[in-house]
Amino acid sequence: MAEVEISQLHKTYPGGGRPATRDVSLTVADGEFMVLLGPSGCGKTTLLRMIAGLELPDRGSVRIGGRDVTYRAPRERNLSMVFQSYAVFPHKKVADNIGFGLAMRKADRAVIQDKIAWAAGLLQLEDYLDRYPSQLSGGQRQRVAVARAIVMEPDVLLMDEPLSNLDALLRLQFRAELKKLLTDLGTTCVYVTHDQVEALSLGERVAVMKDGEIVQCGPPMEVYDSPASEFIGGFIGSPPMNFLDATLRRDGGEAVIEVAGQRSAAPGSWAAFAEGPVRIGVRAETITAHRAERSGALRAVTEVAEPLGSTTLVTAVLGEQRIKVQVPPDFPVGAGDDLWLDLRADRLSCYERDTGRVLVSDR
Amino acid sequence: MTEAASRPARARRPPVPYLLLIPSALFMLALFGWPLIQGVLASVQTPGGGYGWENVRRMTAEPHFWPAVRNTALLIVIVIPLQFALAIAMALLLRERPRLSGLYFYVWAVPLAISDLAAGLVWLAIFADQGYLNSALAGLGLSESGYEWLSYEHPGTMLAAVVVAELWRATSLVFIILVGGLSVIPKEYDEAAQVFGATLWQRVRHVTLPLLRPSIQVALILRTILAFQTFAVAQALAGRNFPLLIGETYEWYVNLQNPYAASAVAMIILGVSMFTATVYLRALRQPDVIRGAR
Ligand SMILES: Nc1ncnc2c1ncn2[C@@H]1O[C@H](COP(=O)(O)OP(=O)(O)OP(=O)(O)O)[C@@H](O)[C@H]1O
Ligand SMILES: [Mg+2]
Repeated sequence: MAEVEISQLHKTYPGGGRPATRDVSLTVADGEFMVLLGPSGCGKTTLLRMIAGLELPDRGSVRIGGRDVTYRAPRERNLSMVFQSYAVFPHKKVADNIGFGLAMRKADRAVIQDKIAWAAGLLQLEDYLDRYPSQLSGGQRQRVAVARAIVMEPDVLLMDEPLSNLDALLRLQFRAELKKLLTDLGTTCVYVTHDQVEALSLGERVAVMKDGEIVQCGPPMEVYDSPASEFIGGFIGSPPMNFLDATLRRDGGEAVIEVAGQRSAAPGSWAAFAEGPVRIGVRAETITAHRAERSGALRAVTEVAEPLGSTTLVTAVLGEQRIKVQVPPDFPVGAGDDLWLDLRADRLSCYERDTGRVLVSDR
Repeated sequence: MTEAASRPARARRPPVPYLLLIPSALFMLALFGWPLIQGVLASVQTPGGGYGWENVRRMTAEPHFWPAVRNTALLIVIVIPLQFALAIAMALLLRERPRLSGLYFYVWAVPLAISDLAAGLVWLAIFADQGYLNSALAGLGLSESGYEWLSYEHPGTMLAAVVVAELWRATSLVFIILVGGLSVIPKEYDEAAQVFGATLWQRVRHVTLPLLRPSIQVALILRTILAFQTFAVAQALAGRNFPLLIGETYEWYVNLQNPYAASAVAMIILGVSMFTATVYLRALRQPDVIRGAR
């Protein structure tokens, strides 16, 4: 168990024009579960490979447990990894694959057998121990890769999309199992995913990456509720956060926002911001919709209503902008109906119109 | 309906794949099959016109025969393991993509393009009594008159010279096959081994070599069959002082004008080559379940 501290890691692949990671710094506390989240090609795997020692950075450093390992060989780092491509050895049976790391360490044969049985039980692989990887499905191979990594009792566990090939049900089940397991083991874990639901549900902290940079890092609910940029708000959450062009005004000391000629209350702290055009970020589920007119609510026209089972997702037109609103499933609404939308002032985020960066007040 | 209508038409059409195979089949038959049959017949034909073991008796009675068998076997047993160790090391080095790796590849592959006899003559220039090696030794003051490396009085150095020349000449074939085999193994397997704590030796032993097995098998079969046919290098370096089996066929056919005994020796080589290839194929067979998993 150890803390992972990476600072200013910069990497450009030979022949690659853009850097794969740009001066990334991140500290993962001892025993913490850190999720790296980001769209395809943003440098998640590259970052993980540099932590593992499979790729050398152009500059920057990696410290594990206080020891500088930037240029150390992978085997001197006491970590284990689940590869995005599994990398399960095709010439070894499942049991030998799981026990590979222990066998390389020349662990006791009985200990290896115990560990294999334990991991196989956990990942429901007992029936396949005698098979070769080519006789397994993709999801089963992925579970072998996970089993091979957890038997090692490493200081740091690196996982590159370890659940991507499981069906929805199995993934849900393993997500919970994995979280429990890693909490029990207390292993420091860096977990890569591009699935935002997985990131929010697993991580103690989530680091969102874009174009080789970490654009926000914080507890899942913080990232979800107060995305640091429009990109993050649009990437995390289903449906993604609504962004509305609005104007920020001060009305006798109180901040108000003006959307499509209508006014709505803004958080008190926004009075510190300059008046002018901004973007307002608002989550679909924080909006309360009413069928009757209300003061302070914004009038919109329903375009389409999609029942999703536990909720209904309404797309409404506000002035000329579209906004998604989550309403209870029994809410009576249909296309063309008028809606009055109550934006809860305390759940709004405010972004600069040009840069998409969040505005924060000191208060 | 259409099925039934089209079937007779298809039956009448000449089967294209077989037609396309005919030229090469004829070619093989004429240039390979016929001489093979002739060779087999000649090896059991007596000069008088009958059939019998006469040729075999003459062949084994020849004083150079058993030394030739011994030398051929010795050469195979010494050269092939060394060659594979070298070729594997070279291929693994190249996989690490050192600077100038493209250049190394070509330099190491060059001997492949040089004919056996030319290679033999090159090494003769080195090992001859007035050759480069002795000149170098004299230049360094290590030896006054040089050493007769290839003299029949020094069978040890003679063998060593042939081994060195053969290593130089034929290792590149193994090397090229292994480089090809290595290049299609995804590098994640080796990376996984590194992450899971394997040392360099463990990575080679437990991951790379097993995955390379199909290529090793091909190289081993090719190399061994070719090793049974080693001739020109030894002929250039030591002549009849270092007889080899193929040299014996040449001797019988050209100098002793006896095509029958020459065929008998050739049959021995054919038999032993086929036997070894079969042994390799069986010993290195890999279950299908492993191969499918890439
Ligand atoms: N070996 C390589 N050589 C050159 N460029 C590479 C190499 N590996 C990755 N890249 C580039 O570096 C960038 C980051 O790649 P990386 O694999 O880290 O993305 P990722 O975030 O893991 O994406 P995904 O979610 O699709 O796995 C990409 O633009 C990719 O094209
Ligand atoms: Mg990746």
